[in-house]
Amino acid sequence: MSLIVTPNLPAPDAFYETLIETHQGLTDEQSAEVNAALILLLANHVGDMTIIRDALDRARRSVVA
Amino acid sequence: MVDMDYQALAFDYDKHPDQTATGPVSHRVIVVGAGPAGLTTALDLAQRGVPVVVLDDDDTLSTGSRAICFAKRTLEIWDRLGVGDRMASKGVSWNVGKIFFRDQQVWRFDLLPEPNHRRPAFVNLQQYYVEGFLYEAAAAHPLIDLRWKNKVVDVTPSQTGVEIEIDTPDGPYRLHAEWLIACDGARSPVRKRLGQESHGRVFKDRFLIADVKMTADFPAERWFWFDPPFHPDQSVLLHMQPDNVWRIDFQLGWNADPVEAVKPANVLPRIRALLGPETPFELQWVSVYTFACERMDTFRHGRVVFAGDAAHRVSPFGARGANSGVQDAENLAWKLQAVLAGHAPDRLIDTYGWERERAADDNLLNSTRSTDFITPKCNTSRHFRNAVLNLAREHPFAQGLINSGRLSIPYAYDGSPLNTPDEDAASNEGIVIDAVDDASIATHVSSVAGTEPSVARDIFTGRTAPGAAALDAPIRHATGQDAWWLSVLDGRFTVAVFCENRIPDAGTLAALQYLAQTSDAPVQLVLVHDGSDTVQAPAGFTLIYDHTGCLSQRYDARAGTWYLLRPDQHIAARRRQVNIDIMTQALRRALGFSLERL
Repeated sequence: MSLIVTPNLPAPDAFYETLIETHQGLTDEQSAEVNAALILLLANHVGDMTIIRDALDRARRSVVA
Repeated sequence: MVDMDYQALAFDYDKHPDQTATGPVSHRVIVVGAGPAGLTTALDLAQRGVPVVVLDDDDTLSTGSRAICFAKRTLEIWDRLGVGDRMASKGVSWNVGKIFFRDQQVWRFDLLPEPNHRRPAFVNLQQYYVEGFLYEAAAAHPLIDLRWKNKVVDVTPSQTGVEIEIDTPDGPYRLHAEWLIACDGARSPVRKRLGQESHGRVFKDRFLIADVKMTADFPAERWFWFDPPFHPDQSVLLHMQPDNVWRIDFQLGWNADPVEAVKPANVLPRIRALLGPETPFELQWVSVYTFACERMDTFRHGRVVFAGDAAHRVSPFGARGANSGVQDAENLAWKLQAVLAGHAPDRLIDTYGWERERAADDNLLNSTRSTDFITPKCNTSRHFRNAVLNLAREHPFAQGLINSGRLSIPYAYDGSPLNTPDEDAASNEGIVIDAVDDASIATHVSSVAGTEPSVARDIFTGRTAPGAAALDAPIRHATGQDAWWLSVLDGRFTVAVFCENRIPDAGTLAALQYLAQTSDAPVQLVLVHDGSDTVQAPAGFTLIYDHTGCLSQRYDARAGTWYLLRPDQHIAARRRQVNIDIMTQALRRALGFSLERL
């Protein structure tokens, strides 16, 4: 298995909306902790360090080339 | 029996005849520093017959509890040195730990002890007891010469060893040592005199540590708070010690004033806030510390060898400071003795560096990870830490991510040049293993489904690979007396041959005896019998019964399996069938004879 980077969500707009709604009414601090919790939950679900490392690299590269 | 107040003990300075000798008197080994690492080094060397001079610049033992958590491997080393019982029986153990985040408990864990080991995973014991017990054993040993108020002020390496200058209340004198072992602590004056440095990371944080005596009942548990209401934004640890003394560590942050922080007017309200208004307590000791994670690039500098905090410093999380110092001592002592006795080449001492520098890196890695979890260095790090703690209430995976210190486990010298690696299982196809009968092959093969039989026979499973510290197990002596496996490993090399219920044939026994008689260093031969009947130990062999099967199971052993164990109880080699050539080579290798430059 490698990191899926092609479309994999059945309803991308709905996913995005849900993601944003999750943060509604939270302070920036709370929001940051929610994001951190989300990353931890998904990383544990993936469970494969090769995929996780690839995702971390891509995430970082998307911000700092 | 009432224990001595080791904190109040002050030792007499005695003028030694060496101080009035005409020139520097020469000694085989001089250890600088009478802390846990120095005293353990001295005891281990003395037990091996090497006379040792121990110099300490002070005349007292540890003040305050300081290192308080002593790991199983450390207790096992002290068992071999005859002080394990005192340490273990005075020490206290806890099994239940609780993690709190803000005002809630987020996790409660129970460290169920693994059965069939002599020693628990750790005990808590104030450092002054450890040093007191080690001191008493050292003072009683005829080969140990303890000199208090002897401060090393100059170190001059020479071809034949090291010359040192020592300051005393009677003025300076000089000594010569074939080997100088520097166990003189984090600020090591010996290291400074040699112009050496430790490199690493200093953490910008301060911790207040307090020993508190409580007469009221308090649960025997370890409590760790992250960001508690009584000490916001910081961490707090409560740890049990003997004598109803509890150790409390308060994280203060970098900006705290260390002089102000230790004043009772500032300490007492913090403790009161933690214990609640009703709990009576008495403050015994308080101190503020900062810490670094760093080590020297190399632990050996010619005839000067560094051990303990002098060689490496870690953060306190995970109890890796004093424990690693004691493990340095045991790694060094047998090698030094073997070199001094002419049993091994000088380069065996290089492997002390090879093995213990890697162990230090492992300790540094683990304690740095703990430190980064406990004291996050940026907002993002704190968000992740808090997310872990929040998730831990309901998510088991997050409980495993909570890092309030990972307890020290013995470092396995994986890949050490002293190890004889396991045979590559794949290259062994077709090898004849005549010591193993068909039934046991069939049993074993069936448990390794899908593997070729000839390969499966040679694969070892479990935690006893070359380099690992020997695992303990209950055994029975031929006399019928129950004992522990590690107590059989008496400080010599040991060749242990597992034989199930059949003593090996006379030819094999004779070959093993020849191996022991012609070895460069003393070797003990042990036969491990399954105890299904009573047998006579052949001459020259120690016979023990693995009557519970635990030893064979932990070592994944069958009839014919043998292990070569080093004098420090680490595993050097193992195979499935007795082969004197391989054993001889493995023994020579473990003594450093086949070493190239490291």
